[in-house]
Amino acid sequence: MIRLERRPSPSRFWTALTPVLAVVATMIAGGVMFAALGKDPFEAIRTIFWDPIFNEQFAAFSRPQLLVKAAPLILIAIGLSLGFRAGVWNIGAEGQYIMGAICGAGVGLAFYPAESFVIFPLMVIAGGLGGFLWAMIPGVLRVAFRTNEILVSLLLVYVAEFMLASMSLGLLRNPEGAGFPGSRNLKAYPSAHNAELIAGTGMHWGVVAAFVAVIFAYVLLSRHMLGFQIKLAGQAPRAARFGGVNPSRLILFCLGISGILAGAAGLFEVSGPAGQISIDFNVGYGFTAIIVAFLGRLNPIGILLAGLLMALTYIGGELAQFMLGVPAAAIQAFQGMLLFFLLAVDVLSNFRIRIGRREVV
Amino acid sequence: MKRRTILTGAIAALGLATGAALADGHAKTKVGFVYVGPVGDGGWTYEHDQGRLAVEAEFHDKVETIYQESVPEGSDAERVITQMALSGADIIFTTSFGYMDPTNAVAAKFPNVKFEHATGYKRNTPNVSTYSARFYEGRAVQGHIAGKMTKTNKIGYIASFPIPEVIRGINAAYIHAKKVNPDVEFSVVWAYTWFDPAKEADAATALIEQGADVILQHTDSTAPLAAAEKAGGVIGFGQASDMAEYSPSPRVSSIIDNWAPYYIARVKAVMDGTWESVDTWDGIAPGMVKIGEITDAVPADVKAEALAMRDQMAAGTYHPFTGPLKKQDGSDWLADGEVADDGTLAGMNFYVEGLTGDIPN
Repeated sequence: MIRLERRPSPSRFWTALTPVLAVVATMIAGGVMFAALGKDPFEAIRTIFWDPIFNEQFAAFSRPQLLVKAAPLILIAIGLSLGFRAGVWNIGAEGQYIMGAICGAGVGLAFYPAESFVIFPLMVIAGGLGGFLWAMIPGVLRVAFRTNEILVSLLLVYVAEFMLASMSLGLLRNPEGAGFPGSRNLKAYPSAHNAELIAGTGMHWGVVAAFVAVIFAYVLLSRHMLGFQIKLAGQAPRAARFGGVNPSRLILFCLGISGILAGAAGLFEVSGPAGQISIDFNVGYGFTAIIVAFLGRLNPIGILLAGLLMALTYIGGELAQFMLGVPAAAIQAFQGMLLFFLLAVDVLSNFRIRIGRREVV
Repeated sequence: MKRRTILTGAIAALGLATGAALADGHAKTKVGFVYVGPVGDGGWTYEHDQGRLAVEAEFHDKVETIYQESVPEGSDAERVITQMALSGADIIFTTSFGYMDPTNAVAAKFPNVKFEHATGYKRNTPNVSTYSARFYEGRAVQGHIAGKMTKTNKIGYIASFPIPEVIRGINAAYIHAKKVNPDVEFSVVWAYTWFDPAKEADAATALIEQGADVILQHTDSTAPLAAAEKAGGVIGFGQASDMAEYSPSPRVSSIIDNWAPYYIARVKAVMDGTWESVDTWDGIAPGMVKIGEITDAVPADVKAEALAMRDQMAAGTYHPFTGPLKKQDGSDWLADGEVADDGTLAGMNFYVEGLTGDIPN
């Protein structure tokens, strides 16, 4: 008989080992799936995990792309993780990401075609502000009327999507675009272009911001009073209140900071890799970032690694699709397995497995 | 040291592979396809994939085709196309409007690879072609049948994005429905998606509940036909693909995109070294657009009229946009007998007179 015994505190050893275990388990289960699809499992797994980083033909391009793909995920997930730790559930980062992109791109396009070094910093500020204000809607509603921020922030995603459609068809539409939707391409507007800082490295300002956010969150959580309050509010809300934590201020701070980071991620994306505001500019980074946040155990360093791992499965999955003809759905199932195993092996860090009879008390 | 050995080995292997191909005399032409939906969508992407299979069937072992499905139209597309080019593709077909800027951006970096972008208008470098089909010719036939078949005089139209291609389709269908049934009314629902079965089904159900008994769709799934079948007494048309599994009713006919001849011709041109940048816009006459079988649910006389219209368009004696036609605001567009020019059609961003509602912007 196998039974689980709760550990007094999570095991450090297992917390460090479980992610590796999960990746191995995914490789085995995924390998079985690929074999069932008639593909060579070893080749498929090598293509997903190895080729993006080391393949001669691709790596020079796809290695930097890992940073490009991971940066918005990390940036958004860092913001979300602060709230999640404090019990503030911002599910609508996708909407804040969109609003940041709209506001930031809007500021940039308002200056077109003037060239000045102040344009890009202004766009970043506008992007962060857009995300901040969009996140303040659920924040203020929760503080003032005790509405549920999960529902409000989620539903505002759909509102933001309609705003995005409206902007690409109306206000921000490219006047030289022959009636097609979508804004001017910011890549063709040097002052507003979030270009690679060093050619061929994938490093753009968004990647820099993601690394800064990781460091900032790490310091906040380990060294700062506010970080302590965040952790306390999540683990023991009553104790936090007695300890002098102002819950309203904490809610607004958590939603605000995640809104700013999501908005900035949107701006860096629209002015860099995406290039333009278009109807389907958003591809779900705001939702994937929730997974990344939990995958990284709400820990800044963990989130950094989790973001890179997610990016790897995306890019490796793309390679596997067209190199080996693996269907897109199989890649999604593979990613799902990875998440499943990562969460499932969590049991090992929180519980001790006992084999044998239950002792009679 | 070890690293160097691996590198040398890889270079030797590469040399061997190249040598083998030359000795054989037939280096395979590698053809890539980027799809916006899954190959099993039963509509738009399905037909492009049929074109890919036709290329394989035509050239057998002289070609190798690769594809990637469900590629988002945002920043991911550029990475996917780049990776395909890096993998050694000689020609890449990108099959959705949203891939326009990414296709041109990648084309600028790979001057030796040919790029073919469906439904766009940008050909920034000499290695980019664009191609599209005159789907509106099929819409004219559809409008004629719809106008004759409706009993409630209400026709529901599920539109995807407000881009010229979709607006052209609405106008073409409306003009020809109105011609045979002056009381006909169109309700247009904008789904803001090319493929989302749940959303498409919702839109169809809403239109049917408002009294529509004919559903036209410019989205790619079979969900609207399934909704029509469920409601009973409602007819629809196959979109992009024949969707024959819903015949004889609710699917009474269809517009089929037939990309195979174009794809075969373009791949042949790459093989022969005669490929040039072109802008192709073909309709019923060369067979790029086909009208699927009109079932017995349509009265014989209506069927005969519809087929006659199709034959006239094939022969070039009838153009669906022939004056007198006015714009929605009542201003004159085409004088009696005047035919719309391709430039106006390509950038069409207005409704014709009689249509109600606004194009979103």
